[in-house]
Amino acid sequence: MKVELRIKRFDPEKDQKPRWADYQVEVEPTDRLLDALHYVKWYQDGSLTFRRSCAHGICGSDCMLINGVNRLACKVLVKDLGRRITVEPMRGYPVVKDLVVDMEKFFAAYRAVKPYLINDEPAGPRERLQSPAERERYDDTTKCILCGACTTSCPSFWANDDYIGPAAIVQAHRFIFDSRDRGAAERLEVLNQREGVWRCRTIFNCTDACPRDIEVTRAIQEVKRAILFQRI
Amino acid sequence: MYRGGEGQLSFILHRITGVGILVFLFGHVADTFLVGFGPDLYNHAMAIYRLPVIRVLEVLLAAAVLYHALNGLRIIIIDFWPAASRYQRAMFYAVGVVFLALFIPAAITMIRPLFH
Ligand code: FES
Repeated sequence: MKVELRIKRFDPEKDQKPRWADYQVEVEPTDRLLDALHYVKWYQDGSLTFRRSCAHGICGSDCMLINGVNRLACKVLVKDLGRRITVEPMRGYPVVKDLVVDMEKFFAAYRAVKPYLINDEPAGPRERLQSPAERERYDDTTKCILCGACTTSCPSFWANDDYIGPAAIVQAHRFIFDSRDRGAAERLEVLNQREGVWRCRTIFNCTDACPRDIEVTRAIQEVKRAILFQRI
Repeated sequence: MYRGGEGQLSFILHRITGVGILVFLFGHVADTFLVGFGPDLYNHAMAIYRLPVIRVLEVLLAAAVLYHALNGLRIIIIDFWPAASRYQRAMFYAVGVVFLALFIPAAITMIRPLFH
């Protein structure tokens, strides 16, 4: 089947502002959008720039705005997108070129929540044990691949890019509710700032956008509650 | 515009109604303030509220307050019971149903005197 790709392009060396470019591509209905983008890059216009690495929905590099919603290009099938497909870079971060955005701030927010196990107690002769119920507590937020779909779908983040964003909160949640971790207080302190969890307006775009089906808004709400009641 | 779902729509409506109510409140504070300049001026200002156009605006105000209140309850539930976030869509539609059930009779009651 034939589809038309409308891609928002921007070349910092030539363009003053982004421009739309159209490409006709012959695809199988079961192809992923990433295949169509590859087709354009390999056979029609080698200058088209986008990120991708694993091509299997696990590295999180190819999140983009597809038909007006954040999706991984390697995970959506062309047949679910219609004949005319619009592709834009994620909103809210500066565009480097075409579909590539500068995610430095995204990872700065990630680092700010200390996304690693904090526990000074001696580990003992064996592992730090955890019951299945304790593991279940934060299971949902372990699935994050840091693609940026949630953060760049958030109206609060578009309005203020200093907002730490859903992705960083999800990462914090993963450690805050881990029974082996002792860093919850430090992380909640970071998230209780002006640009922390309170900027969330429960809009749910993040939950809808997550390619890993994480209940992002719910995780944020649980962190808000933990701060409010000072208990995890 | 980002093609968000019911959550985004609920947020946009919440913002618009919130700002609308705030604008009304400023006006309301201003007209009440006029009483300080004597009854004549105040009564004159109050007469404006009897214009039919204003009555229509009041119906809009009632709609704004009602939606803002109902959706506010929806948000409070999600705030204090995070597990409810799974039902946020259903709750948005419930807000819509309750809104219509209360707003339609209220609007009829408010508009009817205009036709007498
Ligand atoms: S390319 Fe790795 S997630 Fe899509």
